Amino acid sequence: MTATSLTSTQGAGRAGDKIFSGAALAAGCLILAVLFGVALFLVVQAIPALTAPAAEIQGGEGFFAYIWPIVIGTLIAAVIALVIATPIAIGVALFISHFAPRGLASGLGYVVDLLAAIPSVIYGAWGAAFLAKEISPAYNWLADNMGWLPIFQGPASATGKTILTAGIVLSVMVLPIITSLSREIFLQTPKLHEEAALALGATRWEMIKMSVLPFARPGIISAVMLGLGRALGETMAVALVLSSGALTASLIKSGNQTIAAEIALNFPEASGLKVSTLIAAGLVLFVITLAVNMIARWIITRHKEFSGAN
Amino acid sequence: MSKRIDVKDLNVYYGDFLAVEDVTINIEAKSVTAFIGPSGCGKSTFLRTLNRMHEVLPGARVEGEVLLDGDNLYGTGVDPVTVRSQIGMVFQRPNPFPTMSIRDNVLAGVKLNNKKISKGEADVLVERSLKGANLWNEVKDRLDKPGSGLSGGQQQRLCIARAIAVEPQVILMDEPCSALDPISTLAIEDLINELKDQYTVVIVTHNMQQAARVSDRTAFFNIAGTGKPGKLIEVGDTHTIFSNPTQKATEDYVSGRFG
Repeated sequence: MTATSLTSTQGAGRAGDKIFSGAALAAGCLILAVLFGVALFLVVQAIPALTAPAAEIQGGEGFFAYIWPIVIGTLIAAVIALVIATPIAIGVALFISHFAPRGLASGLGYVVDLLAAIPSVIYGAWGAAFLAKEISPAYNWLADNMGWLPIFQGPASATGKTILTAGIVLSVMVLPIITSLSREIFLQTPKLHEEAALALGATRWEMIKMSVLPFARPGIISAVMLGLGRALGETMAVALVLSSGALTASLIKSGNQTIAAEIALNFPEASGLKVSTLIAAGLVLFVITLAVNMIARWIITRHKEFSGAN
Repeated sequence: MSKRIDVKDLNVYYGDFLAVEDVTINIEAKSVTAFIGPSGCGKSTFLRTLNRMHEVLPGARVEGEVLLDGDNLYGTGVDPVTVRSQIGMVFQRPNPFPTMSIRDNVLAGVKLNNKKISKGEADVLVERSLKGANLWNEVKDRLDKPGSGLSGGQQQRLCIARAIAVEPQVILMDEPCSALDPISTLAIEDLINELKDQYTVVIVTHNMQQAARVSDRTAFFNIAGTGKPGKLIEVGDTHTIFSNPTQKATEDYVSGRFG
């Protein structure tokens, strides 16, 4: 019997390891390269717009004056979408994970996932052709009865193609993202923690408050941030639904614009400095989404000690 | 503030599967009753029927009566939530709420059902419960730190503190030491000895020495084979069960002879 040396390696057995680790490394590097490439492209192409004399930028008052109204418009539309979608999504996800009978739960989960499969241009068409028309009486009512609030100041848009309509359409679009991610997290809540709450005499809702929601909190934040990313970047639906214009505080007048829709609507006919201006707007959108993601991560890690990961 | 439990002709089902058959047992107040028996014999399942935690699983149900000082836990109109607030439970693996501080963990059960409690009362209760669980000296300087940062044995004592904070009539323990080292196990066993002055304690254990050390009465459960229901074979004073059982199966089990 010959002693096998510990240092000898069987070449064939290790080839798979090498190929796999090489492929994984390459994939990881590719992501970084793509991200860096996109960022570099945006910065290089945006420089002419950022350095150009103010009078040459669209509007004639420089890049900052051009960009900030549509940044605000973008944020307004995204915030409306999240304010509407988040509570509904969490409610639906909780219903599917903890309240619905099993047969109904899987059917409902499937329907919610189907919402995500509808192309955004169809949402846009639905919003522009149907929702805007149907909802404009409600805007008139808001203008008449709550017009003292700046956000509901009249007169309401006759067509209903306002930033609020765009926000509502966006909320339907982000709903499946937040719902399906939250549902997955809710289902992962350890049985041990749920039983701890129940054994203390918690009702089902108290059990959810004590064990499911705290466990799922980082996951919900991630889900909302993913939804926010979608809402910030969504182009087609907003371009179709919103009758754009100057920044206004009122959500029920026509007006406001988002960065993504602004780029989509103007890019085909743009040339020269105008292209550069739009790319700079894209750079701003990129920075906003990056900041949103970093803030989300910060929120999640801030409570790491209490996260249950230790 | 402790009550006795009398179980009459209890059958426990998972769906159509009869898991535990025809258990009749009396559990004395202010004493420790141990359930022993091989894995899968239904002792944990039976324990969970005593505070209606069994029915948390889909399809699980029982037939028969469980009387807490004469009141049937499975009577019509009885809310399982109320039952569970009177019959506390400690689980096999320590399960403090990971997002709560030590203090909030102790108060978790007390704050249920929208009960309000002043800070002063809460402080007194936290100290009393943690002292009751022999944990106060180890954690009094870090009550605001997360409960999940404690060692396994400390976490289990925190769970016991959480259970006694609501002043239950009965405390059920489902193999409370099986995930703990011997020193932590000893701490829990000492604690069980103190708890029986005030509470009715029921403990499921795989460890026969533990049953012999901590319990006043012991119930032996057994199962005839896979797929058959578990049964209560014999219940009696712990000393009798371990030294002079009436059933052959009990004697074989406690003396280590099987089959």
